[in-house]
Amino acid sequence: MTRRFTASLAIALVGLLILFDSATAELNPYKAPPLLALGSGAVASGGFCGAMPE
Amino acid sequence: MTVAVAEPAGSWAARRGLIVLAALGLVLAVALLAGARYGLLLAIGLGFGLVLEGLRFGFAGPWRAMILRRDPSGILAQLLAIAVVAVVAFPLLAGASGEVVGAAAPIGWAMAGGAFVFGACMQVVLGCGSGTLVNAGSGNPVSLLALPFFAIGSFLGAYGLIWWTDLGALPILTLTGTSGLAVTLVLLASVAGLLLLLAAPGTRRVPRRLVIAALLLAGLAIGNLVVAGQPWGVVYGLGLWGAKGAVALGADLSGSAFWAAPGNAGRLQASVLTDVTSLTNIGIITGAFLVACWRRGGLSQPLPKLPARAWAATVVAGLLLGYSARLAFGCNVGAFFSGISTGSLHGWVWFAMAFAGSCVGVRLRPMLGLEPRP
Repeated sequence: MTRRFTASLAIALVGLLILFDSATAELNPYKAPPLLALGSGAVASGGFCGAMPE
Repeated sequence: MTVAVAEPAGSWAARRGLIVLAALGLVLAVALLAGARYGLLLAIGLGFGLVLEGLRFGFAGPWRAMILRRDPSGILAQLLAIAVVAVVAFPLLAGASGEVVGAAAPIGWAMAGGAFVFGACMQVVLGCGSGTLVNAGSGNPVSLLALPFFAIGSFLGAYGLIWWTDLGALPILTLTGTSGLAVTLVLLASVAGLLLLLAAPGTRRVPRRLVIAALLLAGLAIGNLVVAGQPWGVVYGLGLWGAKGAVALGADLSGSAFWAAPGNAGRLQASVLTDVTSLTNIGIITGAFLVACWRRGGLSQPLPKLPARAWAATVVAGLLLGYSARLAFGCNVGAFFSGISTGSLHGWVWFAMAFAGSCVGVRLRPMLGLEPRP
């Protein structure tokens, strides 16, 4: 067995994660934030590993 | 007996063309389905994966090289990347009121201990936060096994984060403005000087490949900051995947101060394709996969035959990587790279503690069967 199997498995797992998630969460590109945060006037609100819970 | 058959040049070119099309198609699909910002963040994540795997830039490996062979070249490249990001990030953070934030986090007992454990575990599996993603994407079975446990550990670490921080933490301390940038650059230069002083003869030059990788990574990290409004991170996204899995299995997260907080609860309901660190994580795995497909023979390497205790150690180390990274407010990316480059003093404490942990980890690795004993 080679890395072809494990690398394919990794990509398949990522694909499964997205598929599973898309079944439970909706996407709406019209509600998306502006392309760039810098200059948008909106306060940054993404999840980050350094941030304490708001 | 197996006979290797060379792939015709035309077929190889067609395959590479398909790889480029696949990458562009993924970015376009996310931009159309979720929004342009999210497509751009996936593109940045793909860039991270392409650079890290394509130019073999890492974090755990260079630290190991310094500890075992006194070869500082890889860490010097890391410090260069951090310095370049800092030069751009400090003025951005000073000028953009709230649109762009740094990786600021408090220094505390759990934070320091978490960084130590993370440093040890990243040497056991030879993969840090970004390294585990890159290695999994390029087919390393140890990282592929560690990754889901990293996500579970990150979810669990976040679940109890407040309990850990209540053990004792300082207020958030940051270096800001021109003087903060100057102090950061002097500190980075001092660490580089110390490494050069300790270096073994013939190891004091940074290979051009690593310099190019450092500059490209810095550019991508700045892009992440400008597009997302926050620095490059890894661990939050992995914890979110773990939390989504727990909810899917029926877990009630309302008892966790972290996951029940409005921002995190909202992201649990939203798509991973709208979460900053999830997108860059997906991009890193996919980018590394594409590089492995691009290289001739990149996926033909046989899988290692490791003893059972090595696989068991990988599972435990994966869990601890995720858990400790949450307590430490980030991994090598979120705390070390992004923390220092955006002025958070916890990044420096993380660096010192994780390096001390790495000194232990390089000795644990052969004992746990992940490499032959010296």
